[in-house]
Amino acid sequence: MKYILETKNLVKSFGGVHAVDHLSINIPEKMITGLVGPNGSGKTTLINMLSGFSPHNSGEIFFSDVERKKIMPWENQVYGITRTFQQVRLFDQMSVLDNILVILTERAPFYALFERHSGYHLKCAEDILKKIDLYEKRFHNAADLSYGQRKLLEIGRVLAMDANIILFDEPFAGLFPEVIKKIEKIVLNLKQEGKSVVLVEHNMAIIRKLCDHLIVMDAGKLLAEGHPEKVLSEKIVLEAYLGE
Amino acid sequence: MEYIFHILILLSIYGILALAQNLVMGGTGLLTIAGAAFYGIGAYVAAILATKFGWSIMAILLIAPIIAGLIAFLVGASFARFRDDYFMLATLGFLMIFNTVAKNWETFTNGSFGIAGIPKPYILGFTLDMPMTFVVLAIFILIIVVTVSYLISRSSFGRALNAIREDEDALQIFGYQTSRYKLMIFTIGAAFSALGGVLFASYITFVDPNLFTVNESILLWAMVILGGIGRNRGALIGALFLVIIPEILRFIGFPTEFAGLMRQCIYGLLLVLLMLYQPRGILGKYRL
Repeated sequence: MKYILETKNLVKSFGGVHAVDHLSINIPEKMITGLVGPNGSGKTTLINMLSGFSPHNSGEIFFSDVERKKIMPWENQVYGITRTFQQVRLFDQMSVLDNILVILTERAPFYALFERHSGYHLKCAEDILKKIDLYEKRFHNAADLSYGQRKLLEIGRVLAMDANIILFDEPFAGLFPEVIKKIEKIVLNLKQEGKSVVLVEHNMAIIRKLCDHLIVMDAGKLLAEGHPEKVLSEKIVLEAYLGE
Repeated sequence: MEYIFHILILLSIYGILALAQNLVMGGTGLLTIAGAAFYGIGAYVAAILATKFGWSIMAILLIAPIIAGLIAFLVGASFARFRDDYFMLATLGFLMIFNTVAKNWETFTNGSFGIAGIPKPYILGFTLDMPMTFVVLAIFILIIVVTVSYLISRSSFGRALNAIREDEDALQIFGYQTSRYKLMIFTIGAAFSALGGVLFASYITFVDPNLFTVNESILLWAMVILGGIGRNRGALIGALFLVIIPEILRFIGFPTEFAGLMRQCIYGLLLVLLMLYQPRGILGKYRL
């Protein structure tokens, strides 16, 4: 198995508490990797570090075998990384269409000044909005969307980024079954397109259905890693996480 | 007639200042109080270059925005780490520094006495010494600023600025180095404000440090909030209201000793009523 993302002895502490505690994991390429663990086990903290949202204290992070000492969030585009947020973070007072367009257009400020968006950008954005069933709502403000639609729009931004590594932080939480099915389909599609997906999720049925690889965390440490069925039947996982 | 042109000139100047304030504060969410400082820098550059070095106002209209822009670039770069309220306090600090320098660097600024006798603009053999002629220049500059403001807010750059206002951290994740965007718009805003300053100095022919205090910055805030945060048209409408209202009050004929106080009271009352009933301003779509 080829790994696209590795961490070695990764540590993140908040005032003496190790949120992530000497964590060494491997994320395989072109697969869906589940990331599970009780609340507070450091899943989101890990994703924050991988996406440059907050710096790590020590340890090493490798993207495709290249170590990145300092991960700057704006470099994500160059390295082909994107993510969603557990607490949906949209550009609320902008239209649904603009929420997608801003991900598609020029990043360098000088060039951006002389660009509105091309017909190509607009078409891409509209295609994405059709995929996530928000085309009809494209001129509404993101703030006016329902919770489920907001979750979908975050997924739309991920699609717009067209990244290689996608970190989903609980994309299914609190959603209606129909919407869950839709997002499952999108995630599977991403895998088929050759993207590497990391999926934080609490629902074991979804994990079993989607994931090729599973990482179980507890109290910032790695508890188990491997094929989902195998990992989920391990005694240590059952005891510590599922409490059976 | 003269009087109408006088109002139009004031409107142009404040229109320019409000647009600049809106780009930075309304469009990007940078709560700057330094508006009056860059306005003042423009005015002082005009006053000093024109009276001490004999530059023509037309040349100064080109150079003052560049000087103010450079200063804003340096200030903005050193303020890059500040967010929200901290940025606001830092810009307030900068305004204080500007004021202190203007009051005390007497060789150049003539201290509290200010600089008088700033010449009127001179162009193609005409001196724009009447409001009727000066208004042409003022409106011309206003049109330039309006055009550029619309260009900015309709570009991808403007869209990214709005996204910074909404959620800067989230935007960074998607590959935007937001500090560059903020620095650029801060610089552009300062350059615009300086244009307003040059027009003001050359029209009134006099500058002193008390014209560019925090009160002036708050007036610009009020214009942007009254008109509608984040909208160019809103800034212009805000400027219209807050320039016209004192003139109307003058016609009502308050005794002169109360007129100034009444104006402050009415501004205050307006802001309170607005916050209660129309928190997004007259044309408002956005909140800060």
